[in-house]
Amino acid sequence: MLFLALSFDSVSALPERDNRQNLTETVAQGKILWEENNCIGCHTLLGEGAYFAPELGNAYHRLGGEAGIIGFIKSRPKDGIPGRRSMPQFNFSDEELQAIAEFLKYVSEINTANWPPNIQG
Amino acid sequence: MQYQSQSVAKLYFIAAIGLFVGQILFGLIIGLQYLMGDFMFPEIPFNVARMTHTNLLIVWLLFGFMGAAYYLVPEEAERELESPLLAKLMFWIFLVAGALTVLGYLLVPYSGLAQMTANSLMPTMGREFLEQPTITKIGIVVVALAFLYNIGMTILKGRKTVVNLVLLIGLAGLAVLFLFAFYNPANVVLDKFFWWWVVHLWVEGVWELILGSILAFVLIKTTGVDREVIEKWLYVIIAMTLITGIIGTGHHYYWIGTPEYWQWWGSIFSAMEPIPFFMMTVFAFNMVNKRRRNHPNKAAVLWALGTATMAFLGAGVWGFLHTLSPVNFYTHGTQITAAHGHMAFYGAYVMIVLTIISYAMPILRGRQAANSNRSQVLEMWSFWLMTVSIVFITLFLTAAGILQVYLQRFSDTAMPFMVVQDKIALFYWLRELTGVIFLIGLVVYIASFFVGNDEPEASVEPTAE
Repeated sequence: MLFLALSFDSVSALPERDNRQNLTETVAQGKILWEENNCIGCHTLLGEGAYFAPELGNAYHRLGGEAGIIGFIKSRPKDGIPGRRSMPQFNFSDEELQAIAEFLKYVSEINTANWPPNIQG
Repeated sequence: MQYQSQSVAKLYFIAAIGLFVGQILFGLIIGLQYLMGDFMFPEIPFNVARMTHTNLLIVWLLFGFMGAAYYLVPEEAERELESPLLAKLMFWIFLVAGALTVLGYLLVPYSGLAQMTANSLMPTMGREFLEQPTITKIGIVVVALAFLYNIGMTILKGRKTVVNLVLLIGLAGLAVLFLFAFYNPANVVLDKFFWWWVVHLWVEGVWELILGSILAFVLIKTTGVDREVIEKWLYVIIAMTLITGIIGTGHHYYWIGTPEYWQWWGSIFSAMEPIPFFMMTVFAFNMVNKRRRNHPNKAAVLWALGTATMAFLGAGVWGFLHTLSPVNFYTHGTQITAAHGHMAFYGAYVMIVLTIISYAMPILRGRQAANSNRSQVLEMWSFWLMTVSIVFITLFLTAAGILQVYLQRFSDTAMPFMVVQDKIALFYWLRELTGVIFLIGLVVYIASFFVGNDEPEASVEPTAE
């Protein structure tokens, strides 16, 4: 019961913290792309996911904004990098890249109680 | 075997072990990908192999739980299963659906699978552990409902014991909480908040009830201690589980956009989560010490004591290690989490399924109570190989995690993620080698089913009384 009460209170408190005012159609599309390409299978987002590739909750800041994110995703080699981990080349359209970048921007603006500790994620 | 219909459990147990092998093979693949990043790339990228590893684990544990229920519920309820036919039918549906899903993961790019299964109609894919296509999730719900009907009717019409009622509550909770897998709002914070209602409330809630009741059943059978005593323990353990585990969910609500008060609620309640696991350890050792007979199936008793110990270490101790919010601020989403995950899942859930298989399988295969000595010795070897391996895997990942936290998050000159990964590669190598030993343990385990079958059953020495 206490858990349900706390949950109810949390859900009521979320509008102040979860950056929903910036949750646009494009951001929602970005989240679908995030899911349908199983990004969480390598990366963490706000610390949750797999630990094979960098945290992306603050990727917007670390990679230098939307342009940085788009540039990185676009430039992944199709056959990987010999001997090293590499993100696959997903062949996203420009519109899709924009949606992913805006999704990551939206996530970076969620109030996460100052997590992660630094820019490295 | 007291009831003919218990025999359906055998199918479930065999499938569970088969999928377990698949899970470990994919574990070795992703362990290697940590070191040789281009291994199998781009055919089987890390994310695909990892979800195969984790999904196979979940599915084989579910097979194990269902097999356990089909075995123990008739015996507890003192009647045949409501419908053995339904149980067999659901087995094949679940197995085929599971196999198709895994083939889909491996043969089609994930986004293609999302398209083929019309994810856009009701998007539920692409969230950790809930990667299954929506259609598979619906299939899981159908199988779960049919299963609950079968088990529920057997219990309702038969003898009601604490063991089978706790099991039923656990299984019903498992099915109900899974429904939150269908809730996937565009709002990331809300999505994550309720995602934990499936993931946390499963493994640190209702699954513990399933664990407790299976353990209680095996202890009743192998120690001969009065049912009343064992039931009292079970009551107290599950009460503590629910008191600490439910609000303990708060340890996932520190940094995902939820209010800061969760840092208090989550820290305090999840700091108490080791208590029910510790009680389980005390419980199991006490019951075995107070045994009124020596059961000839020594391997099953070993697994029971093993699960009670390793669940406490993996879930209790390694969970506590990083559950307090000031610690978790640094360890959240690092190899520390992976270390805890490996030992907790093995100790609590892998081992309880292997416990019930160890107890039930000889009987299901026509033995009176136990396998031959030769088979049991091999099985106990596999116990030690796998258990010691998981301890070392956990220690190596913990070492990797501590270094990662320091280099990437704590030090004044924090380094980028990938630079740090290179620096801790030694521990990934050690983990991978230990994983190979685990696989050898698993092969030995499977071999134990095939040796000594023509030899007489192990006999009991006279009781110590």
